[in-house]
Amino acid sequence: MRRRFLLLLVAAGGVAAGEPDPKRQQELRSLLKNDCGACHGLTRKGGLGPPLLPESLSGKSDAMLLQTIQEGRPGTAMPPWKPFIDADETVWLIDNLLRKR
Amino acid sequence: MLNRLLKTSILPLLIYWLLGGACFAELRGTGDLGVVIERERGSVLIIETSTRSILGRVGKLGDLSHASVVFSRDQRYAYVFARDGGLSKIDLLQNKLVRRIEQAGNSIGGAISQDGRFIAVANYQPGGVRIFTSEALELMADIPAVYGDEQRSRVVGLVDAPGRQFVYSLFDAGEIWLLDMQDPSRIEIQKFTGIGRQPYDALLTPGGRYYLAGLFGETGLALLDLWHPEAGVKRILPDYGRHDEKLPVYKMPHLEGWAVAGNLAFVPAVGRHEVLVIDTRQWRLVKSIPVAGQPVFVMARPDGRQIWVNFAFPDNQQVQVIDAEDLTVGRTLQPGKGVLHMEFTPRGEEVWISVRDDNQILVYDTRSFQEMARLPAVTPSGIFFTARAAKTGL
Ligand code: HEC
Repeated sequence: MRRRFLLLLVAAGGVAAGEPDPKRQQELRSLLKNDCGACHGLTRKGGLGPPLLPESLSGKSDAMLLQTIQEGRPGTAMPPWKPFIDADETVWLIDNLLRKR
Repeated sequence: MLNRLLKTSILPLLIYWLLGGACFAELRGTGDLGVVIERERGSVLIIETSTRSILGRVGKLGDLSHASVVFSRDQRYAYVFARDGGLSKIDLLQNKLVRRIEQAGNSIGGAISQDGRFIAVANYQPGGVRIFTSEALELMADIPAVYGDEQRSRVVGLVDAPGRQFVYSLFDAGEIWLLDMQDPSRIEIQKFTGIGRQPYDALLTPGGRYYLAGLFGETGLALLDLWHPEAGVKRILPDYGRHDEKLPVYKMPHLEGWAVAGNLAFVPAVGRHEVLVIDTRQWRLVKSIPVAGQPVFVMARPDGRQIWVNFAFPDNQQVQVIDAEDLTVGRTLQPGKGVLHMEFTPRGEEVWISVRDDNQILVYDTRSFQEMARLPAVTPSGIFFTARAAKTGL
């Protein structure tokens, strides 16, 4: 249902990416904390993966972050998250979670 | 004024002292105690396995994601290594924090020396190893993991080894370092370079002869025979999975939970949903056992009859049990969402399993697979029992 809505938006040339519903937002928050946290740290200060704090990402483009999260980085430990987080959700995650404290 | 102060402060103190004094007067051992990490709260629970109960909680320990614990040889104190570089010493008998220091910016774990005198911490930031006295947590030595052009590497897979040694791997440098602490005032370092790309964790075989580092950046594992360090580091299973596409790894596997049954060692494959069975006499692959996901911990029940396995996201709601004789998965359990760790009671009749998202610790009987107890814990992760104090490499 939600997916169809997003598709419609895109088809209509809408620029605003769809916002995940509140339940999904909560899931993404906990995914970031727990599952990204396994490599980037619970507080995102880094571990096996680099820090993901707003200041560490400030010079990096949304497009690059989106690409990295969706596709992973082959040859490194960063896996692709495409199977679990779609592109719109990733955009939301970058804007609302990664770029904020 | 003084009078009031006395009344308000001394009376409760007196009562506390009388009651507290009575509590501490009860003599007890610590052999059936342990700690459970509560990762988001930054606290640990002190638990007792005999009664399957929680005795207390100690907090303010910092960022405990990926925290680990070692025990003093008298099994009274737990040393907690926090992600944020914190090192805490906890008194299990008095249920209190003895001392906490912030020794680095980002760390991954540690070890206690064979003689119990020193605590070594593996740091990511600044990359290296720092060594402290176990008594007072005073800095004894700082050993930067420098390689190449004055770069610093993150350190992983730090273990204690016989002969008052520590062994660890340099993730970014692809090296293994052997620290000889025989004379603590003159620590000697032996470096093994070019051991393979991105060693991500390591383990020591029971007894402490072989140090085995898992490689993320290439196939196989790096093996150092501590009886013959002069022979250098050897690559084992060099061709395993070389020609296959790797599956994505959503959580790095661990090697600390060494699993040995007779002459067989069980280790998680990387990027494959398999547990590898290795013959430790020739260091050759015997079998790869298909399992439910990317294995994270692969742990043998202390008698070696069963191997318990948990998994990375998105398969982390289950646990599988491998039969050590026929080398197949005999059981699949569903403890709940976010199974992070398992720990056997000292002789293995029960296993404690932490289930992060359910905020529970489950205790199973390892023979009947019956659930014996559920204990509340806030986002529990690592579980560590004091029996580890007597085990080299844990
Ligand atoms: C298994 C470990 C692991 C997990 C889990 C993981 N990452 Fe990463 N991540 C890495 C590594 C390693 C890198 C650095 C790759 C490199 O060397 O270029 C990285 C890089 C990144 C970068 C690029 C940062 C930069 O400064 O260029 C972003 C953004 C990122 N990860 C986001 C995420 C998010 C969001 C999640 C969870 C949905 C996640 N990662 C989960 C290991 C991981």
